[in-house]
Amino acid sequence: MHSFFHPGSPHANAVAHLWWWMFGVGGAIWIGVTLVALYAAFTRRGSGDGLVEPPAAEHRRIERVVSAATFVTILILAGFLVYDFSVGRALAAHPQRGLTIDVTGHQWWWEVTYENPDPSRRLVTANEMHVPVGEPVQFTLRAADVIHSFWAPSLDGKRDLIPGYTSSFWFTADTAGVYRGQCAEFCGLEHAKMAFYIVADPRPRFEAWLKAASQSHQAPADPTLAYGERVFLASGCATCHSISGTQAFATVGPNLSHFASRSTIAAGTLTNTSVNLTRWILNPQVVKPGVGMPAVPLDSGPLTALVAYLESLK
Amino acid sequence: MPSVARAYRYVVVATVFATAAACEREERRLNEPPLSTPGAFVPQSPLQPGPTLVADTTEGPFDDNAYGTAEGQKLFGQMNCSGCHANGGGNMGPALMDDQWIYGSTPNQIFASIAEGRPNGMPSWRYRLTNQQIWQLVAYVRSLSGLTPKGARPARDDHMMIKPAPNQTPNAKPKNAGLPGASQRP
Amino acid sequence: MSAPRGQQPATVTLAGDDLARDSATLEALWRDCPGFWGWLTAVDHKSIGKRYIITAFLMFLAGGIEAALMRAQLARPENTLLGPDQYNQIFTTHGTTMMFLFAVPMMTAMGIYFVPLMVGARSIAFPRLNAFGYWTYLVGVVFLYVCLFANTGPDAGWFAYTPLSGPAYSPGHRVDVWAQLVTFTEIAALAAAVNVIVTTFKMRAPGMSLNRIPLFVWAQLVVAFMIVFAMPAVATGSTLMLAADRAVNTHWFNAAEGGDALLWQHIFWFFGHPEVYIIFLPALGFVTPIVETFSRRKVVGYTALVLANITTAFFAFGLWVHHMFATPIPELGQSLFTAASMLIAIPTGVQIFCWIATMWSGRLRLATPLLFVLGFIFTFVNGGITGVMLASVAFDKQAHDTFFVVAHLHYVLVGGAVMPLFGAFYYWFPKITGRLLGETLGKWHFWLFLIGVNVAFFPMHVLGLNGMPRRVYTYLAATGWGPLNLVASLGATTIALSVLLFVINAVWSWMGGAPAGADPWGSSGLEWAAASPAPSYNFLHIPVVTSRHPLWDPIAERPVVTGLSTTRREVLITTTFDARPDSLHQHPDASIWPLYLALCMGVTFIGSIFTPYLVLVGLALSLIGIAGWGWTGTRASGPERVATPRPVTEGL
Repeated sequence: MHSFFHPGSPHANAVAHLWWWMFGVGGAIWIGVTLVALYAAFTRRGSGDGLVEPPAAEHRRIERVVSAATFVTILILAGFLVYDFSVGRALAAHPQRGLTIDVTGHQWWWEVTYENPDPSRRLVTANEMHVPVGEPVQFTLRAADVIHSFWAPSLDGKRDLIPGYTSSFWFTADTAGVYRGQCAEFCGLEHAKMAFYIVADPRPRFEAWLKAASQSHQAPADPTLAYGERVFLASGCATCHSISGTQAFATVGPNLSHFASRSTIAAGTLTNTSVNLTRWILNPQVVKPGVGMPAVPLDSGPLTALVAYLESLK
Repeated sequence: MPSVARAYRYVVVATVFATAAACEREERRLNEPPLSTPGAFVPQSPLQPGPTLVADTTEGPFDDNAYGTAEGQKLFGQMNCSGCHANGGGNMGPALMDDQWIYGSTPNQIFASIAEGRPNGMPSWRYRLTNQQIWQLVAYVRSLSGLTPKGARPARDDHMMIKPAPNQTPNAKPKNAGLPGASQRP
Repeated sequence: MSAPRGQQPATVTLAGDDLARDSATLEALWRDCPGFWGWLTAVDHKSIGKRYIITAFLMFLAGGIEAALMRAQLARPENTLLGPDQYNQIFTTHGTTMMFLFAVPMMTAMGIYFVPLMVGARSIAFPRLNAFGYWTYLVGVVFLYVCLFANTGPDAGWFAYTPLSGPAYSPGHRVDVWAQLVTFTEIAALAAAVNVIVTTFKMRAPGMSLNRIPLFVWAQLVVAFMIVFAMPAVATGSTLMLAADRAVNTHWFNAAEGGDALLWQHIFWFFGHPEVYIIFLPALGFVTPIVETFSRRKVVGYTALVLANITTAFFAFGLWVHHMFATPIPELGQSLFTAASMLIAIPTGVQIFCWIATMWSGRLRLATPLLFVLGFIFTFVNGGITGVMLASVAFDKQAHDTFFVVAHLHYVLVGGAVMPLFGAFYYWFPKITGRLLGETLGKWHFWLFLIGVNVAFFPMHVLGLNGMPRRVYTYLAATGWGPLNLVASLGATTIALSVLLFVINAVWSWMGGAPAGADPWGSSGLEWAAASPAPSYNFLHIPVVTSRHPLWDPIAERPVVTGLSTTRREVLITTTFDARPDSLHQHPDASIWPLYLALCMGVTFIGSIFTPYLVLVGLALSLIGIAGWGWTGTRASGPERVATPRPVTEGL
């Protein structure tokens, strides 16, 4: 879900409600003003150069109508203001929050960390996150380089990620599903291809996902996958990426520990399939020109093994 | 108005000149074919047999490219070059901002130093970074001592100001053509 | 001066004066020198105004071409017409061109051309400053476009948020070009603003007290004050702070050294919000005279309209944080700006109600200018409503930086400024050129434009709320944004076609359209008393004004002021409130120093991008220019005149 018109949280619902009222009243005003102007245009036509000078009584009537219209405008605006303030106050209320997710914006991907008081159970991933349905989740937002903006329209309004600032907001997803979001502050060459996914799962499924995602990988038993892991470590991938349970722990690029459990590659740019992954690794610059990852010159043997290995990282 | 047209012709000429100068500096080379390595023979010292000294005047691919040099600056931080070279001032590793170059200051020589590694601690990056990334680092390292065109050198980055930005660094012409002192020879 | 329609000229001849000889003498005295040198040294406000209008219109076409490229790229998902780097340069240049090089200069140009004519003055207050403003603007235009073609076009957006536009993330000189362009346009706007303020306050025709100033002039005056307060903010931000961060390594926006990325946003939007009202208010000034003339009645609520203009200008300075609702600014503070942003709809609403009331109680002639006013009401009110929606913090957090905002801003700017501007072109084209624009082509232009604007921008509301952010060079097909984007691109094509029709109409009519007399529409303003086009001296004799609508006064003969010198350029200075004649002032002749100084400023500011030495060189050259400017300009011709000319009525 990726639309203001399909709210998946109480926050988004409240704002949508507010907006539909403004749309209705505003639309009526727009149509009304247009009709009045059109009516005047059609019925007041005439030829001749002589000037029109309405008598004083007519003039006073006109003034009264204009004043009344102004007064009605003020009332409507005051009404909007009161409604908007009450929605704002309601959205600002802070319930107790259990889960905190740190999001750091990079050019052009999202670093996601699940906070935990026990540092060894902190989970680092990228571009996709899971949240439990029906529970408030707090997001802490930071930026590593330039200003980004975290926006999942079905869940809540956007918040800017500004270097030097740590901001936070929260929402509750009340419907299970997959919510798409996209960076909403121009952040350079590939601002257009910086999407993210929030998957809202019922609590048990969320727990299962969290447990699986927190686990380090064992060395793969399958020889092709083991070969793929060696290719990963030897070909420069580990210069930038990390996979838990291996010797790769660089933080320059997205964490790939559970790469195969994500639905997309490169922050929503490609669907996560072996074919797309092969295409991506061979030359990311064709798909997302300007991205930080260079073209990796691999022969087809090592490349196939590497792709198989990465797609095994559930 | 013919005289106005004459004036506009000067503008066109100026445009052509400006275009030629600025095109290379401002080009964002995002998706280009893989760049090549310097080749088999890159001398590590200025000593050469015979009476004729052969100078290496090959330019680095990104030396006059602002975007490529800035990417090199980014890589310098990401690959933790500062861990030994300390933002160019030198610490465990030699300074990169000065005019002393142990293994040479030409683009080819710096590429070789980064790709091959060097004794006493410089790792080999050949299989860790692509050629394009290493050339970007070459451009940045050369800009630290002012060896690249001023317009292409990066300005300060958004961290604490530890050193003058490369575009403010005066040109530090390499002294004694990179011949290391006796104490530094491996 | 030529008479109101159907009446005899009311000039009075003093003994010995000959009307024809006087006008020839004045024409020779006030006109620009001939030839190329004359073109370079021109200080006549009408020459400068015409140049400004044409250049700004060319910028509108350039911005339109950039928009066409953007819409072509976005018409299909994952289109490959433009890569990200090209698209970023193009959308940035589109915004920069439209906001800095078209909208504000065009509005100030209309003021420069028409304010002196409308207040009954021979000239604008500071002719050389006026010329300097134009040349500086032209330097900016040439600079930006040369750089765009040299692959150095700015690419960080027209409001260039830091740190993206800072030294670390925008390598090269692209953003430096943007920062210095802002300098040039800001200087030009300030020059025009100062001119408008002083002309309006001190050079009005006798009898034109403040409450008799035409609403066009009121709008220009209010906007001139807004320019004076708003432009220095952006100059400080871009020329001083951002350029310094990039060139000499200051840390205004570097959080690691104590700076703040949000500081840029505050400084920019403190200018940026008044900027859109600087663009919008002059357009409201166009609407009143058009409505009056084509409704054949005086506008309803003159005082209300004046106060609404002034109120809007004040409020406009208190709205800027509504561009920053998604940032971590405390929500209580943000709420104040919500209230202000909704409040500003009230004065604008008052103005629209007054105009509709005028039309309702008048007798309408649906000529093209009035059609554009009707189109303005339809389109702008839509934009105003979405503006009130965006004033809500909660909703803005959804719509900010999406195509919803793109839709809103185009509805208010195209509907609220460009439509009245086109109406103004049709209305005042006869005054500038002496010929009428074709009505049939005009109506085609209007309808295609109205349909095109709505087809192009209405779907963007839906696109934005369906998740499409701004400034994206492409989008995935799976998002479902393809069909509406295609519709929008088709609308853009329609807009392009309509503008093409206008250009054809303008060129054709200029070269051989129906000749217009002094007052083809039967209007009420003083500018219609001058010939079409007005002679270099505007009015043979300064008129004396006795009401808000001088040419609609039911008097047989109009009193004029005589006695201004015919041997040197002399203007009448009147008092600020009541416009009683105060003194005479000598105006400068044609001068090369404005062009010279503008070129020196060009060297200084463009040079600052590359090296500080060029700044010193440029400043030194500028000092020569300032000295030359101050030392020249007035020809020695006899003793200072101190007599106050008396208003002369018929029967002397």
